[in-house]
Amino acid sequence: MLEIKNLHARIAEDGTEIIRGLNLTVKAGEVAAIMGPNGSGKSTLSYILAGRDDYEVTEGDILYNGESILELDPSERAAKGIFLAFQYPVEIPGVATMQFLKVAMNEQRKARGEDELTTPDFIKRVKDAAATLQIDPAMLRRPLNVGFSGGEKKRAEILQMKLLAPQLCVLDETDSGLDIDALKIVSGGVNALRSPDRAIIVITHYQRLLEYIVPDSVHVLHRGQVIKSGDKDLARVLEAEGYTGIVEAAA
Amino acid sequence: MNIQTKPPHTVAEQGILDSYAQMMGQLPGDAPVTAARDKLLGAFSAAGLPTRRIESWHYTDLRNLLRALPGAASGAAQRTDPVVRGSVVLPLIQGQSAEASTPEGMDLTPFIDLLASGEAAKMLVARDADDLVGRLNGTFVADGYRLTVAADQAIKELVEIQSVQSGGQVHNRFDASFGAKSSATVIERHLGDEAHPGLSTAITTLELGDGAEVTWIILQDCGVEDQRLAQLNTRLGAGATLKVYVVNVGGKLVRQELNVDVAGEGAHFDLRCVNLLAGDSHTDITLTLDHNVPNTTSKEIVRTVVLDRARGVFQGQIRVAQIAQKTDAQMSCNTLLLSDGGEFAAKPELEIFADDVICGHGATVIDINHDHLFYLMARGVTEKSARALLINGFVDELIEELENEELIEALETHIAQWLIDHG
Ligand SMILES: Nc1ncnc2c1ncn2[C@@H]1O[C@H](COP(=O)(O)OP(=O)(O)OP(=O)(O)O)[C@@H](O)[C@H]1O
Ligand SMILES: [Mg+2]
Repeated sequence: MLEIKNLHARIAEDGTEIIRGLNLTVKAGEVAAIMGPNGSGKSTLSYILAGRDDYEVTEGDILYNGESILELDPSERAAKGIFLAFQYPVEIPGVATMQFLKVAMNEQRKARGEDELTTPDFIKRVKDAAATLQIDPAMLRRPLNVGFSGGEKKRAEILQMKLLAPQLCVLDETDSGLDIDALKIVSGGVNALRSPDRAIIVITHYQRLLEYIVPDSVHVLHRGQVIKSGDKDLARVLEAEGYTGIVEAAA
Repeated sequence: MNIQTKPPHTVAEQGILDSYAQMMGQLPGDAPVTAARDKLLGAFSAAGLPTRRIESWHYTDLRNLLRALPGAASGAAQRTDPVVRGSVVLPLIQGQSAEASTPEGMDLTPFIDLLASGEAAKMLVARDADDLVGRLNGTFVADGYRLTVAADQAIKELVEIQSVQSGGQVHNRFDASFGAKSSATVIERHLGDEAHPGLSTAITTLELGDGAEVTWIILQDCGVEDQRLAQLNTRLGAGATLKVYVVNVGGKLVRQELNVDVAGEGAHFDLRCVNLLAGDSHTDITLTLDHNVPNTTSKEIVRTVVLDRARGVFQGQIRVAQIAQKTDAQMSCNTLLLSDGGEFAAKPELEIFADDVICGHGATVIDINHDHLFYLMARGVTEKSARALLINGFVDELIEELENEELIEALETHIAQWLIDHG
């Protein structure tokens, strides 16, 4: 589903290279975990996948279902089924959450040539999804993410993911800021989305999330490269030993 | 004696003088009214249109901007549906009052009657030497409405003054007084015609008795070539609350003046102003706000979206008298500048003579927030829609403050339409 080949990318503004020859393949049905020290480029990679124009790809390619997506803008990528749950979801005053959800769902449907949702159908979908994630409907009456607690923001991201039903989900530290109960609820939400035709990339620092969302593969990112890949046991090793050994072995 | 050679009249100035000559004997009013008109025109003839040398017109050089007068009215103006369904409509077709049903609890008099009887003569005066709007409007005013609400009356129905213009000139007055503890919500709406540019002036006077609660919404929906000069003058009694909304979504040259006298203790004044500016329009909001007694509050928020080569101006002057202790006055002006060719000038001024007050002002000019745009687009919202959502959000925060859901929806529809037209 996703093939990242020798990807090099830099910050558009000052030319600093962040991703330095990264290779990663994620198949349909797979849950891949990406771990790595602070500043290793995990969020940058997720932004580049989503199409943020603050970064420039200078070499390599990203293939999604066999096609390069580098020329697509973020909305086109989203319409094709790529979803990024942000590490830090932004607050957008003035934009009502419900209105935003409706526009997003309908624009994606439109891009795929489907009919718009009727208002009752839309409301029902949001209500049902909110209930499974134990999101207070009152929250959805507020402007987008405004005044949401850290954990509420993360839940709202997963709510959007549920509603948009993407094919490739990238979750950037969705577990940070969640309490234990919320972690279970959110993991349940993610697991419910696991399916043979969907791929999920989970970026995390902690083994604990991976107890709930058990990955098929684990990849270690360091200085903009995947320096080691393995199965779920790799995450346990990292938890026990930290990154030093792996980093030194790769050097 | 200081003799200055005055430049000859411009085409527009001469046009104004000629218009008056042509209308001789046709404008309503008895002898004192006519005398008042003559006097105002004489003052206009001597002073001409204001230039940037006049301080209050510094950012709107009217002599340069008002180049010519429009042609005759097209005759196409007609009543339309009110902004909010079910409102009581007070129509002004090409500036003339027409048969209207009276909102329950309100007294209604066409302004033409007050001119005819001479009662309006004392109202045909300029506020000061630079009051061009007062002069022009007083010279030419032909109609409008007087609205009177008795003490303790709550006007339940929404009232829409609906002025529809198609070319030509329209000069109206709205003179409203609200008795003690009365309440009402009035929309003053001016509609133009894209195909027939027109010039209009309007002066609105709102007198609020003690404890009155009034929401007054000025919806300026002129055609893209229209020129509009408007003024709102108000005085608030003790404990009165006035919320003025100004929504500008059209016009080529627009000036909206507001002169507010917070005259009674415990009174509160609110201004929310939304300006959506496009093309090569020029829109000026000029406010003077006087806190003249202790314990009063005011809050003004002006939000402007600038596209194309549009220019916006906000002049806000707050004066707090020496006795007006415990005044709380807050003014902010935020502009979303979305094009390199657009401009916005903000001139906030505080003149404070009391020592125990909280007064503040702030002005910002911003662009679309890049992080916000990316977030929305990452959810599949196209760039165009995402920008529209964000622009809408920027001004919608003010509209949302209105308490009437139908009104909010109606104004949001107007704003959304503007965004579609200019997206
Ligand atoms: N727009 C930017 N401007 C400047 N520096 C940037 C920018 N984007 C990323 N960086 C830098 O690139 C490096 C990688 O950042 P990134 O956020 O991808 O790390 P991360 O692996 O997600 O870290 P963490 O685990 O702390 O979330 C960091 O050194 C960061 O400061
Ligand atoms: Mg990160």
